[in-house]
Amino acid sequence: MIQLFTRDVVLSVRSGGGFGLALAFFLIVVVLMPFALGPDQFVLAKIAPGLLWLGALLACLLSSDRIFGMDYEDGTLELLATSPLPLESVYLAKSAAHWLTTGLPLSLAAPVFGLLLNLNLKVGGVLCLSLLLGTPALSLIGSFGATLTLGVRRGGLLLSLLVLPLYIPTLIFGALAVNAAALGKALDGSLLSILAISLGAIAVLPFFSAMALRANLQ
Amino acid sequence: MRTILGMKYFWPYFWKLANPKVFMRWSGLCLPWLIALTVLCLGTGLIWGFFLTPDDARQGSTVKIIYLHVPSAFIAINGYFVMVLGSLFWLVRRQHVSVLVAKASAPIGMTMTVIALTTGAIWGQPMWGTYWVWDPRLTSFLILFLFYIGYVALWAAIENQDKVADLTSVLALVGAVFAVLSRYAVLFWNQGLHQGTTVTVADGVNQKNISSIFFQPLLLSMIGFGLLFLTLLLVGTRTEIRAQRLQVLEGLEKLK
Repeated sequence: MIQLFTRDVVLSVRSGGGFGLALAFFLIVVVLMPFALGPDQFVLAKIAPGLLWLGALLACLLSSDRIFGMDYEDGTLELLATSPLPLESVYLAKSAAHWLTTGLPLSLAAPVFGLLLNLNLKVGGVLCLSLLLGTPALSLIGSFGATLTLGVRRGGLLLSLLVLPLYIPTLIFGALAVNAAALGKALDGSLLSILAISLGAIAVLPFFSAMALRANLQ
Repeated sequence: MRTILGMKYFWPYFWKLANPKVFMRWSGLCLPWLIALTVLCLGTGLIWGFFLTPDDARQGSTVKIIYLHVPSAFIAINGYFVMVLGSLFWLVRRQHVSVLVAKASAPIGMTMTVIALTTGAIWGQPMWGTYWVWDPRLTSFLILFLFYIGYVALWAAIENQDKVADLTSVLALVGAVFAVLSRYAVLFWNQGLHQGTTVTVADGVNQKNISSIFFQPLLLSMIGFGLLFLTLLLVGTRTEIRAQRLQVLEGLEKLK
């Protein structure tokens, strides 16, 4: 399991795959926003928390079809299925690798990108924390969606259609937490709710994803 | 469990419906009666509601949209529930009829969601002054609609029937968890404009929120919508079963 995890991390870092790409995508989304909405500093600061969460979420989503796609095409996934490692662990290892190469860098970069949107660093800290707690859920849900759309050719659109509704609760609580911090309010349990969603996803989704993988590989 | 429910004799017969042949025979027998009952209930309920009830003191005749809005919203939620149950039974018992029931339930529920949203918007324009607000109830219905779309789209995307049945069932189960989660998450996110539930089961016939002049036809049209759902569900499932048979026959033909 650890070997699979390191293999996935190394692959995505070295082969020019998801690693920098998600981050660059996130940056571009953040840069495009002021062009669409005007350069007014107050407006930008007001909508920055939601924008940054949305950007991170989309970056996470767009990189999630690569989690299983390549391995499915070249047959690695079938080998993994016949190995003694249960598919639940395969799913967990791959999601963890995805999180380490997209979720973690996105969370760390978010406060810095926030400066572009006139978001002060203190709020940026809360943003970083909320993303750190929330991106595991995003990775897990994304790779769950990837297991569902494995066999579909050009499944990218379908994947977003399936995954985006599942992202709603995480997004709501994430944006709530950062908005509360921006208004100087107490964090009223939003961060805990994000954590709860992430932990719940870790507990439940492996079994469903393994079921979907088995259906796809039979 | 069976004896506790007092349905010792019901469940064995219920599970026999998982045999497509038995299902086709029974649904074929029930269908004409169901259609007749649906027309009766829905016709009476709607005509009674639309033409024979007085206008509301403040809302005028717009109040009458309730006879479409409430029943369709009721079916929209229960359609998802049927979908989840069908999927669960498929994953546990591997009987094709149950997953086909789930498949047939999705488009009906989706349509009902659209009807509920549309009638709500039409009522909202004169009453709230806007077609749409991001109110928790409205928002969670929109989210429910998105979940329906995802489910239907996944069915359409994959050819292999057993595989797609497994995948959509998994999606329906996970989707149900997240739909409920979203339902409560939006409560934190925005304060509501939509009134609370008008019709509660616990309240029975002594409804406090609604005058009985309006309630009786409403109850009738809710029953009518329930029967309509059941009818459409049976028709849809029968179509799916026939489509599967056709596929098998075509496969056999190719083998020759």
